[in-house]
Amino acid sequence: MSILVFAEHDNNSLKGDTLKTVAAAQAITGDIHILVAGSNCQCVAQEAAKVNGVSKVLVADNAAYEHQLAENISLLVTELASDYQHILATALTTGKNFMPRVAALLDVTQISDIIGVESADTFVRPIYAGNAIATVKSLDSKKVITVRSTGFDAVTTDGNAEIVALDNVTDAGNSSHVSDELTVSERPELGAASVIISGGRGMQNGDNFKLLEGIADKLGAAIGASRAAVDAGFVPNDMQVGQTGKIVAPDLYIAVGISGAIQHLAGMKDSKVIVAINKDPEAPIFQVADYGFVGDLFDALPELESKL
Amino acid sequence: MKVLVPIKRVIDYNVKVRVKLDNSNVDLANVKMAINPFCEIAVEEAIRLKEAGVATEVIAVSIGTKACQEQLRTALALGADRAIQIDTDLTLDAINIAKLLQKIVEEEQPQLVILGKQAIDSDNNQTGQMLAALTNMPQGTFASIVKVQDDKVNVTREVDGGLQTVTLNLPAIVTTDLRLNEPRYASLPNIMKAKRKPLDVKSAEDFGIDLTPRTQTLKVTPPAERKAGIIVETIDELVEKLKNEAKVIS
Repeated sequence: MSILVFAEHDNNSLKGDTLKTVAAAQAITGDIHILVAGSNCQCVAQEAAKVNGVSKVLVADNAAYEHQLAENISLLVTELASDYQHILATALTTGKNFMPRVAALLDVTQISDIIGVESADTFVRPIYAGNAIATVKSLDSKKVITVRSTGFDAVTTDGNAEIVALDNVTDAGNSSHVSDELTVSERPELGAASVIISGGRGMQNGDNFKLLEGIADKLGAAIGASRAAVDAGFVPNDMQVGQTGKIVAPDLYIAVGISGAIQHLAGMKDSKVIVAINKDPEAPIFQVADYGFVGDLFDALPELESKL
Repeated sequence: MKVLVPIKRVIDYNVKVRVKLDNSNVDLANVKMAINPFCEIAVEEAIRLKEAGVATEVIAVSIGTKACQEQLRTALALGADRAIQIDTDLTLDAINIAKLLQKIVEEEQPQLVILGKQAIDSDNNQTGQMLAALTNMPQGTFASIVKVQDDKVNVTREVDGGLQTVTLNLPAIVTTDLRLNEPRYASLPNIMKAKRKPLDVKSAEDFGIDLTPRTQTLKVTPPAERKAGIIVETIDELVEKLKNEAKVIS
């Protein structure tokens, strides 16, 4: 029984989340292959070949896959599907975009956002923004699955898999890429950071997020935000942590001026240690925080920065 | 051009979800239901396209028991022109929902189908993409800007690292993210008017699609509770705890 794992990458490097998706594949058990689909992405293939537990890396290197448009990638994966019982991708924006297309083309339903593997056909996934956890058995012959990376520990990278070039070119020809506006930051990505400090509506404006930067620099932390802060225009949407933003589980999560709506908690409550700084002692965030500080964030943040 | 907006009836997002004691499902008895928030954004976007003279007709469609007519009436009150209920009391997997919607797309021939990116109950995030694959249409998922130009639509998408803009040939599928627009409230006169707008009911069985379940939910449990920790009195105490007790900073 073989498992295909779609590699999450930007044509230059393999995203660490892929190592967690491979861990999910190992829990299913089977011969694991990784698919690297992109353009000029040979260095990603080299990296993927080192992922432990993987026997083969399939590389589809073609301009049609440069931006990983769902229309083209889904056709490629569907072509390869006959050799696999399970097809897995990380539940990030690329995987969420194309994987349901693959499922539909294979006439199966997708099992989304799994956080646990019970057996080859039974999986655990959060529903209702994580307010309930469902154990779901797939009755379809093929399993198309997206994996929430916070549910699995990354595999190591001292393997040596065979690299096989594919010559498939699947270009649906009905969509094209126009532009990317990606946030450039020297800080770690939210998904990869071991420490995250997030601001909410209590930050009052975008400028005040600078108060988080000094602390983030000292802790090597990524900076996040609640939906309230993003909707208020304080910071861009890619900083949003929550049910519909990024799901994170760092070692340390510091929530500043965030009340703790269930939609936000859904995105961070699996963090190992949670710190909450809020002036409202009744804020629901204190119900999940390991350490709470009740006080004005505009006093607390400079003091915290000076004492780290 | 016609715009089709599939919507879902879900638990109201303000309601605290409780799992049934027998772990069979969440308890939906006597809880407030509403249009899925992302679907509401889809309805709003379609109405704005009509107000801008781009769309000529907005059709809302929902799949479920008669109860979902309540959400269809809301869509009509917001400005949709007519509605279709696909009647079924089955719990359908996303692939079967997408197949039913495919039939409606074939009947109605919309140039644009706008859906919410995910429903806040099942949190699947897949129906729009599946419908796109089944109808062989391109897709712009997680949209924060939608611009129709001649026979194409430009969609700016919310992606992990920021924003991505794609151009799609029409007909196309768009799924909405939170920042696409802020939905309006229905006015009382429009709620009254909506009662007289056409609402067709079709039986799911009549479409000749095999609706056999593809998944079986074995159990639904509450998530592991996080215990509330302690309140520290000073920032010094916080730093000390993080260093020596939690050992997450050095």
